Amino acid sequence: MLDRDEDILKAAEDWQKAGRGVALATVVETWGSAPRPAGSSLVINDEGTFLGSVSGGCVEGAVVTEAMDVIQSGKPKMLEFGVADETAWNVGLSCGGTIRVFVEKVG
Amino acid sequence: MKLDILHELNAERAARRPVILVTDTESGEQRLVKAKDFAKDPLRPELDKQLRMGKSASVEAGGKKLFLNVYAPTAKLVIIGAVHISQALAPLARSLGYDVTVVDPRTAFASPERFPDIPLIAEWPDTALPPLNVDAYTAFVAVTHDPKIDDPALLHAFERNCFYIGALGSRKTHAKRADRLRAQGARESDIARIHAPIGLAIGAVSPSEIAVAIMAEITAVLRLPPKEKEEAA
Repeated sequence: MLDRDEDILKAAEDWQKAGRGVALATVVETWGSAPRPAGSSLVINDEGTFLGSVSGGCVEGAVVTEAMDVIQSGKPKMLEFGVADETAWNVGLSCGGTIRVFVEKVG
Repeated sequence: MKLDILHELNAERAARRPVILVTDTESGEQRLVKAKDFAKDPLRPELDKQLRMGKSASVEAGGKKLFLNVYAPTAKLVIIGAVHISQALAPLARSLGYDVTVVDPRTAFASPERFPDIPLIAEWPDTALPPLNVDAYTAFVAVTHDPKIDDPALLHAFERNCFYIGALGSRKTHAKRADRLRAQGARESDIARIHAPIGLAIGAVSPSEIAVAIMAEITAVLRLPPKEKEEAA
């Protein structure tokens, strides 16, 4: 109730209507001390512009890169970031938590 | 996310109506469930629980992994009375995430010096309240001790179905208030909704302590399931 992500979703709609490719990344699960709770989201367009956050800034770069793929393919992806996941990703959360991020195309 | 779902989601949020977006995280399939449709939804217990907590979460149901993303309106707190208690209550409520507005027609009370950074309306409730869009996601507190100001404000809160209504005053004061409201056409069920004496019974004495008692009570009404709520009251 007490969160304000509305501008992000409004931007997603506006960008899509303006003809941009748009993806939405949402934190769907967290373990340990994660920087942002489930439901936090990041909206990304095909120019690489993004709004919102899924972490304190630790993994946004990687999410944006993956989002470009999702905009191209149209297929959703589940990403996982955390200290235990160094093989798949070179980025992790300095706070020691793990998060799963669902990335989907808008439109 | 399909554009029509996103469009509907944004429209519901703009109208301050709670919704939950259900996503099958394996297939990517999605549906939007409006709070008014929870009762007939197969996920009802999960939907009710997550909305009450105001928390998004992943759940497993029917062999599917589902993510329930909760979009609930920002809670508002309307305080009638720019009194000493309100000076403590307004910043406390704001730190808890509420959009706070203070209403008091007495300009000596409703001064920016007494309420730095808090939206203040120095008008009578009849003028001040209609534009505030008081709704079911609003907690409403009347603390002026002046029937001319508190009573019409409370009648407005009944009409708008606020999730919490509280009024300052002892049991005796409240009994008189109930009589006055009845005379003005309020229903018994509405009068019964007023939390008075206001706040949880924690022995609060100072304005700041009373503010804590009020916010604790509002939090309980907002978050506890109905049964536990009765026990806390």
